[in-house]
Amino acid sequence: MQPIQIITIIFAIFALSRVILRSKEKKLTIYQFIIWIIVWISLIIFASFPSLLTQFAHISGIGRGIDILVYGGIILLFYFLFKLYIQIKEIDEKITKLTRVIAIENEYKTRKNNR
Amino acid sequence: MKMWIVIAAYNEEKRITKVVQDLKNHNYRNIVIVDDCSKDNTYQTALKTKVNVLRHVINLGQGAALKTGITYALNQNADIIVTFDGDGQHLASEIYKLIAPLTKGYEITTGSRFLDKRTKMPLARKIVLKGSVLILRMFYGLKVTDAHNGFRALSKNAAQKIEIKCDRMAHASEIISEIKKKKLKFKEVPVKIIYNEEVLNKGHGGIIQAFKVFFSMVIHKLR
Repeated sequence: MQPIQIITIIFAIFALSRVILRSKEKKLTIYQFIIWIIVWISLIIFASFPSLLTQFAHISGIGRGIDILVYGGIILLFYFLFKLYIQIKEIDEKITKLTRVIAIENEYKTRKNNR
Repeated sequence: MKMWIVIAAYNEEKRITKVVQDLKNHNYRNIVIVDDCSKDNTYQTALKTKVNVLRHVINLGQGAALKTGITYALNQNADIIVTFDGDGQHLASEIYKLIAPLTKGYEITTGSRFLDKRTKMPLARKIVLKGSVLILRMFYGLKVTDAHNGFRALSKNAAQKIEIKCDRMAHASEIISEIKKKKLKFKEVPVKIIYNEEVLNKGHGGIIQAFKVFFSMVIHKLR
């Protein structure tokens, strides 16, 4: 076994433990939990048996096993980036609404106090 | 008919008193100022003018401030809402021109500085403004001569229908797109914009600002 395989497996196990911890704190939805479990477990499997990855690559027409991992990783990254962007936008809108309500309520209160 | 004037103000402590005075001199009494978390004493100065003053606890941008003011005015049962800039570039004496079409069935009017030759402005600014009008025409297909004029009058119906989601400066283009989308009856009215040293130094209407607005318009279109 190559050092890179061992490093990858250790990291994946660490990440897996974080996922389980977070889900215990109920900070992940079931959907997110499943996605992350699949990601890290498949990483452990592929790191332990690289030939499996090579077979997958050949089936899909990609030369090397590691390439399929890189392509998949990039696609996944873009997807998460997109989700994050949407979520930030939503939070932005919520903050705007909140600020608006506070401004209107405060004005009402100050006027009441001045009377 | 109950009319409310909405002023979005950011760092306008030196100018806001004069603006309110101008409005009061023309007998406009229902005025709401939205201070968008200014760094100077805009809020305190505005309070002294004895009009209704709202304050955002964090800075959100002009679009959001206008929306807050419009929401407030609607809560006060306004029939007509006029948006007015807080830096003295609009004339209170021209408000009647903007509201006149509303009594004849129009739902929203916006001021245009390009319909007559009264407004004097630097050439660079003119190019930016004319360029953005062209871009707007491409984007939304609505024929306007001046897209970024903060002087507007809205009927209650229009104020309720128009959604302003762009917190920052792109809201001006957003309002134009909303007019088109919600099929509101719309008219441009010639107004005079006063460019004094302070207005020009604020940095609105610069090339960089224009690009920022353009970028956020593209993003908005894609969403």
